[in-house]
Amino acid sequence: MIFLALLAITLMILDKQVATVSRVRAALSLPLAPIQYAVSWPIQLVDKILDTISSHDALVKENLNLKAEQLRLKAQVQRLLAIELENNQLKSLTHASVNIQGKIVVAQLLAVATDPFTNQVVLDKGGKDNVFVGQPVLDAFGVMGQVIQVGPLTSRVLLINDSHSGVPVQVVRNGVRAIAIGDAYTRKLRLTNVTQTSDIRVGDLLITSGLGDNYPEGYPVGQVTSLVKDPGLQFATVVVEPAAHLDKSRGVLLVWPQQVQKISNPVKS
Amino acid sequence: MTSQHNWFVIPMSFILAFMLTLLPMPGWAIWLRPAWVLMVMIFWSMSSPERVNVGTAWIVGIILDVLLGSLLGEHAFALTIITYIVVRMHTRLRMSPLIQQGLSIFFLVLLYQFILFCIQGFIGSLPNNWLYWSSSLTSMLLWPWVYSIMRVRSDMKIV
Repeated sequence: MIFLALLAITLMILDKQVATVSRVRAALSLPLAPIQYAVSWPIQLVDKILDTISSHDALVKENLNLKAEQLRLKAQVQRLLAIELENNQLKSLTHASVNIQGKIVVAQLLAVATDPFTNQVVLDKGGKDNVFVGQPVLDAFGVMGQVIQVGPLTSRVLLINDSHSGVPVQVVRNGVRAIAIGDAYTRKLRLTNVTQTSDIRVGDLLITSGLGDNYPEGYPVGQVTSLVKDPGLQFATVVVEPAAHLDKSRGVLLVWPQQVQKISNPVKS
Repeated sequence: MTSQHNWFVIPMSFILAFMLTLLPMPGWAIWLRPAWVLMVMIFWSMSSPERVNVGTAWIVGIILDVLLGSLLGEHAFALTIITYIVVRMHTRLRMSPLIQQGLSIFFLVLLYQFILFCIQGFIGSLPNNWLYWSSSLTSMLLWPWVYSIMRVRSDMKIV
């Protein structure tokens, strides 16, 4: 008993300090993948059944709504394309990095970490689909997190509201930079080391700044919901509501950003 | 014949417990999830300590850590300690009526959560939510059912 307890403690320390243990973890995740698939299968089945029995009327209505939505989005995309083109031209004029959209693959959520201490999800794409550690994960509304462990068939994603996650962000309004740290218990984010005098207001939209090289630039992270400037504290307390639907999305986007190469090119030339 | 049948039942019960642990739940119920794996572990180490013992607890704990993505060894440590206690007093636990057993389960799960709580305290932030401890309560309330179902399933002549 004492031997096993000590072994467990050694493992815990190793897991915290040594990187190779994560490879052991990844290897162990392969034989355990069937359990995760088995749990998600009945849920997907129920979803499918609900889809099949949803009435014709509802479908027609939904279809009309979707068509209208698509038209609206198409119009927006056209505008965006023009803006992106113009932006790239301007950037090339100033020898800055060119923003090119990377490859995107849709993945399904297999499991959600049910441990209240961690905010992680498991996806049904793994090393087979060229998923890599550190890869950014998005949903339709914003940044969800990054891949922290890749198994052959599955991968594990650290959500941005996990207490071990940090996202470099900037305020859309004025470009003030900060780092958003997750708060696992309130399921929200906090900005760290924001001085009392910095210009951040309630309602400010935060986007990724792309400075950490992990997350591509310009994706929404969240909105400032509360701001406390206590003169007794060194820094302001800023709470951010994540933009991504961290506990609702089932389909997520895996992104292969190409920015890193693009940034290094102008430096070489 | 019976022993073969039982040999099959033990891993199946653990796999079922893993699946119940992974099953997604609505946000408000996340803290109420009973410690399924621990309950199954207590049942087996109580009813057949010669087959399911501290070593089994350690392996089951490692699997749980990999599945949950928690610190490797965290659940293994907690499960090992609780199983040690259960194996030590398995005769006494077996003899006691269901209600009294439920009470013991309450304290065992509480201790289990306390160990996890301490480990979490070492590596990061702690839950600022008293609901964290409610899992021991739900485990206690579900114990009579878990016990009865598993006793029928396992075909064991306890008592």
